[in-house]
Amino acid sequence: MAVLLVAEHNNKALNGATAKALTAAKALGAPVHVLVAGAGVDAVAQKAAALEGVDKVLVADAPHLAAHLAEDLAALIVPLMANYDALVVVASTTGKNFAPRVAALLDVPQISEATAILSPTQFERPIYAGNAIQTVEVTAPKKVLTIRTTAFAAAPEGGSAAIEKIDAPAQSELAKFVSEDISQSARPDLTAAKVVVSGGRGLGSADNFKLIERIADKLGAAVGASRAAVDAGFIPGDFQVGQTGKVVAPELYIAVGISGAIQHLAGMKDSKVIVAINKDEEAPIFQVADYGLVGDLFQILPEIEAALDSRK
Amino acid sequence: MKIIVPVKRVVDYNVKIRVKPDGSGVDTINVKMSMNPFDEIAVEEAIRLKEAGHADEVIAVSIGPAKAQETLRTALAMGADRAILYKTDLPIEPLAVAKILKSAVEKEKPGLVILGKQAIDDDSNQTGQMLAALLNWPQATFAFKVSPQGETVEVVREVDGGLQTLALRLPAIVTVDLRINQPRYASLPNIMKAKKKPLEEIDAASLGIDIEPKVKVLKTAEPPTRKAGVKLKTAAELVDKLRTEAGVLQ
Ligand SMILES: Cc1cc2nc3c(=O)[nH]c(=O)nc-3n(C[C@H](O)[C@H](O)[C@H](O)COP(=O)(O)OP(=O)(O)OC[C@H]3O[C@@H](n4cnc5c(N)ncnc54)[C@H](O)[C@@H]3O)c2cc1C
Ligand SMILES: Nc1ncnc2c1ncn2[C@@H]1O[C@H](COP(=O)(O)O)[C@@H](O)[C@H]1O
Repeated sequence: MAVLLVAEHNNKALNGATAKALTAAKALGAPVHVLVAGAGVDAVAQKAAALEGVDKVLVADAPHLAAHLAEDLAALIVPLMANYDALVVVASTTGKNFAPRVAALLDVPQISEATAILSPTQFERPIYAGNAIQTVEVTAPKKVLTIRTTAFAAAPEGGSAAIEKIDAPAQSELAKFVSEDISQSARPDLTAAKVVVSGGRGLGSADNFKLIERIADKLGAAVGASRAAVDAGFIPGDFQVGQTGKVVAPELYIAVGISGAIQHLAGMKDSKVIVAINKDEEAPIFQVADYGLVGDLFQILPEIEAALDSRK
Repeated sequence: MKIIVPVKRVVDYNVKIRVKPDGSGVDTINVKMSMNPFDEIAVEEAIRLKEAGHADEVIAVSIGPAKAQETLRTALAMGADRAILYKTDLPIEPLAVAKILKSAVEKEKPGLVILGKQAIDDDSNQTGQMLAALLNWPQATFAFKVSPQGETVEVVREVDGGLQTLALRLPAIVTVDLRINQPRYASLPNIMKAKKKPLEEIDAASLGIDIEPKVKVLKTAEPPTRKAGVKLKTAAELVDKLRTEAGVLQ
């Protein structure tokens, strides 16, 4: 049969995580159909159809699908699964929300945050905040997988799959969207950025976070944070990197005033190059850092800015 | 209304876990165990809703070995009114937990079930959503704020990029994120009182629910380790290394 991959998008643009999840979906060794569920999603469907390796795009376009509520998505996806062996979903807050609802309705287990597809039935996934990696086998008739997209390369463009419209079931009476408050930032998305500069409790205040932002802007980087920085109110929660925040794996991760608790490392230790700046030379972050600077961040950050400006 | 709070006994979040050399799993013998941190937050939220007059009873439920009684006593010491242990020594997966919780819901008829968003041992983040599916109830995961309003509950959720507000028809499922509250410590008098609160024990096998594991764990391995790198002297040296040696900056 085939694999159903659910596109991650905001109704306007296809999220880059979809192309990475596509690589995971293709590794299952069957044709991949992409479901684009939302409102006014023509442009998203076009982009999905242009990904190499997509065999068909299904589009469910209805106003009530705009908010991607689990109740509505599950009602749409569960009947479709009669035609598929596997459901593949990005492990985003949207995917983590609806995928287990679908799995339970299909009466099958879900594999969360898969980091490797070894065969159509065998997968790897992290447990204990990434301090152990399990290899698991699922024999259930249908597989439901959420994908940790930092572990997969993006599938390239170059496809031209057919786009087919499908009907959406009526809106669920159970849950209604009320409002949203999504931060608009000119910086790249944390989970997609090539460079991430993160600040921790050591920054001391929201105002001081500007030091982080200035370096990030010089590098075209995203800004991240530790939980302590978020809890102290230096920066909003959606910037948190870690076991319970975002998982990132950029080319370069710069941790500033972050001690390196295991819950933070869980979200960034697969970065290609890690830099740590901390005044405590015993800080655990140095155990995973390729380059370390021991010292006061308030002195070091302006020096880095100056060094970046020279030779440019 | 009643609120059910499922609480899981897990390896304490401060413990540095060890993978067994033979790849058969994670060493949990003689390791400090505690309530899953997200479940402490869920218990706290339920108690606050009760204190605010939105609920009249908070019931803590755990599925696991006899030792999970300790976890339930912690919930009772925090302020839950009574507890139910569904006893099993099997390793138990989220779908099976959800099926057992469904039977607890049918028995107790709560208006809300508040769970943690994820257990920090298996990091599944599934159980609440699965329970919502099995009951055909609405769900709000990653809750940041929970406000019951008559027949509905309004929940602000932490989503990628910001916050989303939903209105759920009651009864409903909520899973809580880190920032919704700061759980209280149980005071000594409350720990003493908790010893006298009712704790019912039910043999999970007696429910007639299939709770056999469906996912076979073939191997548990250490993640690839990173080596500590070099400590540099100056910011200029760092920028230079990143440009030339690491090649990650232009
Ligand atoms: C269930 C659970 C989930 C969690 N999830 C996450 C998560 O997803 N992400 C996360 O990050 N944490 C998470 N945590 C919290 C985690 O355990 C740590 O508490 C947190 O990461 C600490 O943040 P920090 O490193 O900024 O603060 P601290 O540990 O306080 O470290 C601050 C560091 O700044 C340094 N510093 C201070 N001043 C300066 C200066 N002037 N110059 C240079 N260095 C300086 C200090 O030496 C210190 O190393 C979680 C915890 C729990 C229990
Ligand atoms: N064995 C269990 N007993 C009670 N509650 C559980 C159990 N397993 C999971 N839960 C609940 O489900 C939540 C999510 O767990 P999980 O889906 O395993 O990440 C936890 O925070 C608990 O509230």
